[in-house]
Amino acid sequence: MPTVSMTVNGKSVSAEVEPRTLLVQYLREHLGLTGTHVGCDTSQCGACVVHVNGESAKSCTILAMQVEGADVATIEGLADGDTLHPMQEAFRENHGLQCGFCTPGVVMSALDLVRTNADPSEREVREWLEGNLCRCTGYHNIVKSILAGAKAMQG
Amino acid sequence: MYNFNYQKATSRDDAISARSSADDGSYLAGGMTLIPTLKQRLAKPSDVIDLAAIDDLAGITDDGGAITIGAMTTHAAVANSDVVASKIPALAALAGHIGDPQVRNRGTIGGSIANNDPAADYPAGCVGLNATIITNKREISADDFFTDLFETVLEDGELITAVSFPVADKAAYAKFPNPASRYAIVGVMVAQTGGETRAAVTGASQSGVYRAADIEAALGDGLDAAAAKAVKVSADGLNSDIHASAEYRAHLISIMASRAATAAG
Repeated sequence: MPTVSMTVNGKSVSAEVEPRTLLVQYLREHLGLTGTHVGCDTSQCGACVVHVNGESAKSCTILAMQVEGADVATIEGLADGDTLHPMQEAFRENHGLQCGFCTPGVVMSALDLVRTNADPSEREVREWLEGNLCRCTGYHNIVKSILAGAKAMQG
Repeated sequence: MYNFNYQKATSRDDAISARSSADDGSYLAGGMTLIPTLKQRLAKPSDVIDLAAIDDLAGITDDGGAITIGAMTTHAAVANSDVVASKIPALAALAGHIGDPQVRNRGTIGGSIANNDPAADYPAGCVGLNATIITNKREISADDFFTDLFETVLEDGELITAVSFPVADKAAYAKFPNPASRYAIVGVMVAQTGGETRAAVTGASQSGVYRAADIEAALGDGLDAAAAKAVKVSADGLNSDIHASAEYRAHLISIMASRAATAAG
């Protein structure tokens, strides 16, 4: 089997994988990073969103081999010890989740929006969430959370 | 997913030679269609040849009267390109409404047009803007490139390297998207370039993208939106599925053409 190497949350990792191994399988099953979820497995729901070289991507639709050498960030890499990332804290403060299944993907997606648009409007947030499905919240508090998180990140 | 051999091509020649020596090879661009297809076991390639590491396949160049977009350029790169936004804003807008942000970060123009999904946006963009598809072997007019559902004139192993879009005098794309997938239920690119008016329709026909002659005639030189809206499009040969009937798609073609003409101004 071929070997794949990448950086995940700042750590170098390497493993032998079958070429058909998806990035999400590699993260969850090889590295034990189960914060990245598999929802629909058809690249629609966004529960599996991670960052690849800083850009959000659906890890259920990427082969682990494709990200050889890349810098991957998952939800586990955001908090600083017990201190939540401002975007995570905003979700807690604003009741931005109920069951929480979609939340890791939504947070990673939101951070990609803020990367290119530090002060998004409500409409821009709602449009950006096209690739993230939530079946609990009706999105309202997710949008509130992202707007608050973006503000908090501006300091 | 069936297993396969994975190869990361380092150059165009490397990709072409890997593909020709494989039993049943498949190029991998952004993977936004190929990987779901593999996951559903609808395809069983012996070898998957990843094009992502080939440096000179991605990028946007301004050639004055045209813009050339490398085959591995992502939808996000086209949507966010200052060059595309200033020269052919309709194309930037089209790319910016494909799928969702994560799909746009990975999906590529070359992968999209090689696949020729009958509901994809780029085929309408290419035909409407009278683009030229450049491969390792030849240059192909968009009019000749797309032949049928998921079919193009690409030969086995032929590699798309870039797409060249002439700068239109006026152009706009209007899409009635499927609310879940954002694929076009009907999408129409209306463009006027060098005195020629084009209306290319995606999402509607059973044989994929096509130029709507009746709409083009109605639009005329002045891009007459009201005349386009008044065209009674026949439902013959149009797709009918759970999302929309053929009659509804026929109706949407004139509406989308009219909206595109208004936006193109």
